[in-house]
Amino acid sequence: MTRKARARGERSRGASVALHATLVVASLVSLFPVLFIVFVSLRGRDGWQEPTRFSGFGFGNYSHIFHETKFLTWFGNSVIVALGATVVGVLIAATAGYAVSRLRFPGSRPLMWTFLVVQMFPMAVLIVPLYNILGQLKLLDSYGGLILTYCSISVPFCAWMLKGYFDSIPAEIDEAGRVDGLTPFGTFWRLILPLARPGLAVTGFYSFITAWGEVAFASQFMSSEEHYTLAVGLQTFVGQQKAEWGLMTAAAVLITVPAGLAFFFAQRHLVAGLTAGGTKG
Amino acid sequence: MVLPVVVVLAVLVGYPLGRGIYLSLTDANEANVGRTIGVNHIPSTYEFVGLDNYWKVLSGQEGHFYGRLGWTVVWTAACVFLHYAIGLGLALLLNRRMRFRALYRVLLILPWAVPAFVATFSWRLMFNEKYGVLNAMLEKLGVGAVDWLGDSTLQKMSAVAVNVWLGVPFMMVAILGGLQSIPAELHEAAEMDGASPWQRFRHVTLPGLRPVSGTVILLGTIWTFNMFQVIYLLIGQGASSESEILVTYSYRLAFQGIRDYAGSATYGILILSLLLVFAVFYRRLLARQEEAR
Repeated sequence: MTRKARARGERSRGASVALHATLVVASLVSLFPVLFIVFVSLRGRDGWQEPTRFSGFGFGNYSHIFHETKFLTWFGNSVIVALGATVVGVLIAATAGYAVSRLRFPGSRPLMWTFLVVQMFPMAVLIVPLYNILGQLKLLDSYGGLILTYCSISVPFCAWMLKGYFDSIPAEIDEAGRVDGLTPFGTFWRLILPLARPGLAVTGFYSFITAWGEVAFASQFMSSEEHYTLAVGLQTFVGQQKAEWGLMTAAAVLITVPAGLAFFFAQRHLVAGLTAGGTKG
Repeated sequence: MVLPVVVVLAVLVGYPLGRGIYLSLTDANEANVGRTIGVNHIPSTYEFVGLDNYWKVLSGQEGHFYGRLGWTVVWTAACVFLHYAIGLGLALLLNRRMRFRALYRVLLILPWAVPAFVATFSWRLMFNEKYGVLNAMLEKLGVGAVDWLGDSTLQKMSAVAVNVWLGVPFMMVAILGGLQSIPAELHEAAEMDGASPWQRFRHVTLPGLRPVSGTVILLGTIWTFNMFQVIYLLIGQGASSESEILVTYSYRLAFQGIRDYAGSATYGILILSLLLVFAVFYRRLLARQEEAR
């Protein structure tokens, strides 16, 4: 990598070539696995065994997973759980972040620390006790249980980021709201939340992706095939004995699409949201 | 308004944590934990054993703790270093004025949009010894097939590669944001004073990035230390292997064979303590640097 002098506006030809070459190579590395999976998924059931041949394209894998596996059920489960976790999680995180940002109350600083420390909890500590709790509450193998679990993962980080974001919104706006006769909650709901939209987009995206891609909790908590999420269901395609990579890749493509969409909508806000939250934590 | 989050944290994190600590002080496993089979309720019979579990683990009697800890530390350091270095490099390049910048940015962020388990499975296919595309390419180059996921050293390198691929976009975006928050005047002033590009990078860019770097390195370390999916799904869930990190080992203790809840909780608490110690030292270090400036 060259770090050539950036003479105002101009760049030597060599530096320019090096810059673009580096970026093209990096883009290829980042793109290749994704394209490769799309490629394999279109090559039929056993096409993965000849990864370099360009023939035999078709939608066989896709029609198979739609018709002969529970893919659609798992997909639906994942959508319910991920959306549920996102909505509930972001709401809780936003109220908490706002409270820490605006109100002075005993324990507000330790609370911020707690949020950070919670990030460190390995799920290994939480998983057994949570398993027992959900068992007692009869929430094992249910959407509610998994949604709650995912909230406990994403809320601390989201609250932490949103606090930073709320800090960047002037307190005068709150005061103006109060003068106009809004309740504290009304101020938060009608004035601050709309202003914090980029921050909400980022945290919403984060919660969604976390829930969409989580494996460990889902593997243990959802025991019946009807309730599997995609992360669990997909493992059944590539078991220890027999691997259906063709089906796996087709499913992988379909799983990535919603995540990619969520990403597409959030990405404009990502940089702004991350820096506001990240730097002032 | 802070109440909901306090309640959530207390119920979903505080209580399990407390229970985790308690479990780690007992000899609980699948056989002696209370459970309900049909209409019969079997009460728990596990006993309080004090620090026995910790002693067993820390004295190395059980689960090769130190070997695994060593690999976990190497794994974390390697991943975070590569994440940060590559992320910084790409962010610096992307921060320049040039053609196709928006396109490059989208392409480079792409791996972030792929869920980790999907990416891991994809890589597992690419690493496949017989049918993987990487070996197919190597063969075209005249190099023999490599058993990427068989040998333990290669296994480790493969896992690091996958995790780096997954994690760079986050770092890159965060650092890019940090770069954009450094006022351009600072660079101009330094240039006027005759600072070389390297000097400008060292004395303007890096210090300007410090707040962002501090945060992302801390978070990255925590996340990588606890990274479950890449190791678990890439290397497989079968017999114990050297490439397992503490978290995946602890998970296997809890949910495979005779479920050893106490052992798993012990590992969990040890992981948490290690991270806490690290975070405290790290914050101190940052604070001291801040003062030194």
